[in-house]
Amino acid sequence: MIDAIAQQPILAALIALVGLGILFGALLGFAAEKFKVEGDPIVEQIDELLPQTQCGQCGFPGCKPYAESIASGDAINKCPPGGQATINAIANLLDVPAPELDAEHGEEADVRTVAYIREDECIGCTKCIQACPVDAILGAAKLMHTVIADECTGCDLCVEPCPVDCIDMLPVEETIKEWHWPAPPTTADLIASDRRPAA
Amino acid sequence: MRTWITPGGVHPPENKHQSVTMPIGTLPLPEKLLIPLSQHIGTPAVPCVEVGKKVLKGQKIAEASGPLSVPIHAPTSGTISAIEHRPIAHSSGMLAPCIEITSDGRDKWKKHEGFKDVENATPAALVKAIGDAGIAGMGGAGFPSAVKLSPGYQRPIHTLIINATECEPYITADDSAIRERAAEIIEGIGILSHILGNPSNIMIGIEDNKPEAIAALEPHVEDTGISVVSFPTKYPSGGEKQLIYILTGKEIPSGDLPADIGMVCVNIGTTYAVKRAIVDGEPLISRVTTMTGDACGINRNYETLIGTPVSHMLANSEFNEETCSRLVMGGPMMGFSLTSSDVPIVKTTNCILAPSYDEIPDDEPAQPCIRCGMCAEACPVSLLPQQLFWYSQADDHERLEAHNLFDCIECGACSYVCPSNIPLVQHYRHSKGEIQKARAEKVRSDHARERFEFHQQRIEQAEKNKEAKRTARREAAEKAKAKAAASPEKSASTAGGGAADIIAAAQARAAAKKVSPEQQQAKFERSIAGAEMRLQMAEEKLADAGEGHSDEQKNILTAAVEGARQKLEQAKGRLAEHIKQHNGEQVD
Repeated sequence: MIDAIAQQPILAALIALVGLGILFGALLGFAAEKFKVEGDPIVEQIDELLPQTQCGQCGFPGCKPYAESIASGDAINKCPPGGQATINAIANLLDVPAPELDAEHGEEADVRTVAYIREDECIGCTKCIQACPVDAILGAAKLMHTVIADECTGCDLCVEPCPVDCIDMLPVEETIKEWHWPAPPTTADLIASDRRPAA
Repeated sequence: MRTWITPGGVHPPENKHQSVTMPIGTLPLPEKLLIPLSQHIGTPAVPCVEVGKKVLKGQKIAEASGPLSVPIHAPTSGTISAIEHRPIAHSSGMLAPCIEITSDGRDKWKKHEGFKDVENATPAALVKAIGDAGIAGMGGAGFPSAVKLSPGYQRPIHTLIINATECEPYITADDSAIRERAAEIIEGIGILSHILGNPSNIMIGIEDNKPEAIAALEPHVEDTGISVVSFPTKYPSGGEKQLIYILTGKEIPSGDLPADIGMVCVNIGTTYAVKRAIVDGEPLISRVTTMTGDACGINRNYETLIGTPVSHMLANSEFNEETCSRLVMGGPMMGFSLTSSDVPIVKTTNCILAPSYDEIPDDEPAQPCIRCGMCAEACPVSLLPQQLFWYSQADDHERLEAHNLFDCIECGACSYVCPSNIPLVQHYRHSKGEIQKARAEKVRSDHARERFEFHQQRIEQAEKNKEAKRTARREAAEKAKAKAAASPEKSASTAGGGAADIIAAAQARAAAKKVSPEQQQAKFERSIAGAEMRLQMAEEKLADAGEGHSDEQKNILTAAVEGARQKLEQAKGRLAEHIKQHNGEQVD
């Protein structure tokens, strides 16, 4: 048998190649099963970049679903809390051009806000508690509720369900610890003496 | 002794001579002192006095809050007149919590007493005393000294370096303090050495532009094992890492502390404060501050009480506001402009500079970078300032970090040499801030994600529990029906659910017409039992739902109970009627 094959170099080459093909195919198949990646890693990476406010302004119920949608080809400019920085980061990750923020979904806020319940007016209906995506509201039925400010992502979702409109979104004031140097001014005034206040 | 030479560096005009013509002076007691609660790195101190309380000089007015914090003491005797937010010396010009003391003019000390036997005191007791005296690094950073002096047993200290470099132009606070207080400084170094377990190598690093200070130190260090090392003047030699390299030739790895390579570096002003705290029992309530600049008639050093308003200092230094181009706290290279002269002197204020327009003119407008590379030559940390500048403008945080932005000591040498007047350091400071902000946001968003995922999981679990209860109930009902079907009454319903109930009821009614009265009666009794069971179940459900449900849900459950009760009544009524009829038939 081997002699017969050895007599036929073309056949020998064919058998050798097919054999190698089967071998490597089996190896790859095994590796694909053995080292299978659970979930879609790109979704995780996109989710990392999203701001996690879970506000739903993008039209998805949370940041993760939007990340999944982006991974399957949705537009990357639907996240107002993340703003241009997030769009740029995702564009960088996916290697696509960075579009401007889609104004349809909202505008980028300058300052971070957190929810604040005017406690005297709260009737204890628990509607905001059910709306909060990060369990940042504390309270019980017919008892006053309050927002844990440190946990609040400022998603606005509790404002609308409140039947007595006692929830405000208040801007978070910058503390001296959070302050950092502003960028140097751009050189609009080229002549130094122009900038000195008139004597 | 051999010294090493750091890369880069610049030689700006020193301008130190103006302020050392006179000895260290004292200012008249200011009417009001404003003491910020955060004068150090770490968590702010917490006030332990109330408004209106009388305090004595040296009395503690704010407690340290946590391990990285120091207490604050009253710099003079008087009354606490306010505890509120006031402008402090900070580049932001923002307000911060402060304690205001209205002086009573007596400047009366509280009772105080130092250690009698320092040599035999335990290092731990000494470190605690230093912490209680409110001492934080006086070179500029304000790192709590007690923390620095307890590096832990894993890191034995072999070298103690005393930083007397004072490399910034104009500042002479350390210089004049050494000239006048050399003996006390050496005593302070002795205490530090005792705390650190007598390191084998103790060096005082000092630039060779202070010959008088070197001469003052030398007689005191004889036979103490302390060596005074002078080295060529160059800015910035006074950075901790720079000085350690100059004196020992060792570089501290990026992100590490000197203690990681067995060294501790302490400012010379701090050693004096340590001596006062340990030997005399006096907390840190004053420091030497240089008042200098052409806009001031008097240029000299003052022993200034912490909390003295800058305006008070200026008023006593023949300050001319019109000729002053800006007010700077710190030196011209690393200091920052003050927005108001009402801000107080703090533990880290080594200089108030009031220069004229000739000395420090307004910033020239920045022009485009010409890629000359002078900044890279000047950088004492061997960074690439040009690259950092581009990346900073592009907000490319990843590359900034890859180019070790956080190793930049913000010395300002690159800005100083830049022929295009680009405020490079300000770009770097801005980028550092942005990166730190992004990091903080990342932490926050990760936390929010965790909570969101937990929230989702909780809701899913609740849904699953509900579903499980529902199936369990359905199965129980089916079982009960199967039992009923197995009993003699074959015509009873065999299927579950509401619709099946109706069918079963209809079938039962049809069968009732045919069956005997005894069977009929038994059937009615069974239906009463069933109705009773349903009523009981509905009541239980209502009791279960007592808490954690909205009113709406409760109403539904109450209605269900009511319905079940009515059905039971109906069934009982039917039975009674049947018995009556049947008895009537029999009578007939």
